[in-house]
Amino acid sequence: MLIAIQAEITLTAALVLMLVADLIFKEPNHKYLQASAVILMLIHTALNIVPTDTEAFGGMYHSSMISSVMKTILSTGTLLVFMQAGQWLEREDTRHKAGEFYIITLSTLLGMYFMMSAGSFILFYVGLELASIPMACLVTMDKKRHESAEAGAKFILNSMFSSGLMLYGMSLIYGTCGTTYFEDITAALTGTPLQIMATVFFFAGLGFKLSLVPFHMWTPDTYQGAPAPVSGYLSVISKGAAAFTLMSIILKIFGNMTAQWNLLLSIVIVATITVANLFAIKQTNLKRFMAYSSISQAGYIMLAVLGGGAMGMSSLVYYITVYIAANLAIFAVIGTVEQYSGRVDRDAYNGLYKTNPKLALVMTLALFSLAGIPPFAGFFSKFFVFASAFREGHWIVVFIALINTIISLYYYLLIVKAMYITPNDSPVSTFRSPAFTRACLLVCLAGIILLGLCSGVYQLFTDLA
Amino acid sequence: MNILSIFVLIPLLMMLGLWISRNLNQIRTVMVTGSTMLLALSIYLAAAYISMRNAGADAEMLFTDSISWYAPLDICYSVGVDGISVVMLLLSSIIVFTGTFASWKLQPLTKEYFLWYTLLSLGVFGFFISNDMFTMFMFYEVALIPMYLLIGVWGSGKKEYAAMKLTLMLMGGSAFLLIGILGIYYGAGAETMNILEIAQKHIPLEIQKIFFPVVFLGFGVLGALFPFHTWSPDGHASAPTAVSMLHAGVLMKLGGYGCFRIAMYLMPEGAQIWGDLFLILTTISVVYGALSAVVQTDLKYINAYSSVSHCGLVLFALLMMTKVSATGAILQMLSHGLMTAMFFALIGMIYCRTHTRDIRELRGLMKIMPFLAVGYIIAGLANLGLPGFSGFVAEMTVFTGSFQNADLFHRICTIIATTSIVVTAVYILRVVGKILYGTCTNEEHLKLTDATWEERFTIICLVIAIAGLGLAPYWVNDLISNSVEPIISQLAVK
Repeated sequence: MLIAIQAEITLTAALVLMLVADLIFKEPNHKYLQASAVILMLIHTALNIVPTDTEAFGGMYHSSMISSVMKTILSTGTLLVFMQAGQWLEREDTRHKAGEFYIITLSTLLGMYFMMSAGSFILFYVGLELASIPMACLVTMDKKRHESAEAGAKFILNSMFSSGLMLYGMSLIYGTCGTTYFEDITAALTGTPLQIMATVFFFAGLGFKLSLVPFHMWTPDTYQGAPAPVSGYLSVISKGAAAFTLMSIILKIFGNMTAQWNLLLSIVIVATITVANLFAIKQTNLKRFMAYSSISQAGYIMLAVLGGGAMGMSSLVYYITVYIAANLAIFAVIGTVEQYSGRVDRDAYNGLYKTNPKLALVMTLALFSLAGIPPFAGFFSKFFVFASAFREGHWIVVFIALINTIISLYYYLLIVKAMYITPNDSPVSTFRSPAFTRACLLVCLAGIILLGLCSGVYQLFTDLA
Repeated sequence: MNILSIFVLIPLLMMLGLWISRNLNQIRTVMVTGSTMLLALSIYLAAAYISMRNAGADAEMLFTDSISWYAPLDICYSVGVDGISVVMLLLSSIIVFTGTFASWKLQPLTKEYFLWYTLLSLGVFGFFISNDMFTMFMFYEVALIPMYLLIGVWGSGKKEYAAMKLTLMLMGGSAFLLIGILGIYYGAGAETMNILEIAQKHIPLEIQKIFFPVVFLGFGVLGALFPFHTWSPDGHASAPTAVSMLHAGVLMKLGGYGCFRIAMYLMPEGAQIWGDLFLILTTISVVYGALSAVVQTDLKYINAYSSVSHCGLVLFALLMMTKVSATGAILQMLSHGLMTAMFFALIGMIYCRTHTRDIRELRGLMKIMPFLAVGYIIAGLANLGLPGFSGFVAEMTVFTGSFQNADLFHRICTIIATTSIVVTAVYILRVVGKILYGTCTNEEHLKLTDATWEERFTIICLVIAIAGLGLAPYWVNDLISNSVEPIISQLAVK
């Protein structure tokens, strides 16, 4: 049984070892903390790289092939976050809590693992809370900045509220079905009014986590206040896990209620993509801007859920993988520029190409990938989610989403314009970022270019989904 | 390796070479070597294609090859050419080659400029060799996005506005295309993305009704279909010389090619239903573009509107749906590509000397820079369809073919469109008279020099191509009309 939950066990071991490392590497040796966190994550990822299908605790825990692939993807993403977090944790006011950052991040990841492989609402809820509550600590890590504290408060309050909603939905489902196990619920869910209400509550709860419109209000403030690596972590890992869980729960237990779900999802997708895109145009703070961008990306991810089936699942996992590479590259650049110039507004990027051409190039390619420009991976991932939703006949939703890609291209190009075209007398000076950050950017860049051109990754997801 | 894949491989190697180049000489060496190889390859391809046809090869596409790429969605990297693609490849390689020389002295950031320029040409070549809708669409978008930076960074005038407008409008078109491609793929039974295979299937009428206008509009935006042509004047006017050449010369042809190859070929019934509406729009493009050109005072704007008119003629001729008119459309693409590239090259050269493109400020250039002035006259005469140049062959074929469509409505459209020939003569001769003749009153302009060697080389290459096409059109004509046959017969049967 312990082998069955191998991924969770190695992750817990990594967490415990990090606790020990935190005790050993006191200042001035704190710089070894990042190295040890990176190495532990590498070992953890390598140990669990072969996907397995396991079940444990009498059906309470069920990890399918695709969810075990998803765990590998998320742990790789977390590894990238660790690689870019080092420079932020070098600062005078943050270095004493470097150890805590890694430990807390790992515990949220553990929560996501359980959430994704839950076979019952109980384990799902425990995992969700484990992923949410420590996250509030991460958001407030920069507590000397009042935005960070505010962001943490907003996050925890919204998170609690959405958990409450979701719990209410789950209790209604339990009330009508008499069980919390997914396997047994499937047959008992037939779409009675009470069950529809439960579904709406449940969806609203997860909508908060995914920051879908109209549950997105917390996102911009939280992303803006949180440190750049944490915003990055929130935007891809946390969102990816929530999206995957939503998809697998819909596939697993709401099979009989597809019609109700589709209507709900279509409305939310259109609202999410459109509203987020329109708000993103006006943002000048890049973190806030990326918050709106990530809301709209969540809308695109939901298109795969709308598509449903094995194809939807593989498109969703693929989309998240590509999204991790592109978004983490952008947050790494934002974090680096913030570190060296103290600025996160778009004007700080004017003329960046002249002083830091490599950084500007990575940023450009990542933005192109987010906008869905070939030959970068974002183009392929967008195409597949569109295709999966189109296949089920939702072509009006797909069309609206496509029109929105034009709006998104506009605001992504505004940053490209700032870096390449807008003249600036005093651009951010030339600097050399730490080795780990550069390695992280390199991995992200490789992901942006290769994930699309090499079809093997998508093929693998399709085979396993 | 398939000969067609080399068209994609060479630009890739060129980009690699540019990446590691350390100085201007190395950059120039890479660009000249690469674009010469492309030109040689396309000439070789044309020769090989003709000899294979003469030897009796009767497949619709030759040099075909297909590698499965994304199997779950039947996406393949499949290539193949017919006569239409062969001449388009020839055109593209000529423009890329001459464009390299036209941007010989470009400053600053020369390396980045050529990197994006090569990426743009990669997209163009990839588009013309593709037989797979997805791959074709991918290359199409690859060709679009470098335009933003090329215009935004190296352009002139209202460059930021123009670059953004162009990119967003063309990407808007590609949003339509993407949904159209999905519609065709699922409409044809979700078994293949290959254009030739889909053409053998019958897409249900109701699907064709919805998706024909979607795809046609998507490509039509790039082909400057009225009222979606507004990106073109601003974009062309702001772009640096070689980019204007490549964009007006080749990129706008992607629109016409796509309309023909995907929209009309795969959805013939849709084309019959929607043809009349689009015919009205293209007729407006033809006449309106020409009339707008008459009142412009900026040399580049005149040419940009002239391009709207001439590219409108391409779509116009395609929608006439006779074999001769479709052949004329392809000839017009070829001829307009060469002429407009030459025009933009000349305007760029004049502009970099006089620093103005306003025809009210230019006088008597014939005495100051005779070579460029003569070049301008040749381009102008070719543009207004003087026999002996490519423009005459193309327009003659277009209008003859269009008149063969005996339907009254089509005949009226043809007659309206022919008026553009007269208007073209007006705006060309007006400019020639104003800027080339008379006495130069501007002291500064008197000190200017004539073309340098690389500029002369650019112009001479283009003149040879234009005159060659005008004097010996038959081989090209045969090449095209045989390949137009299967597509037109598809339209006629159903």
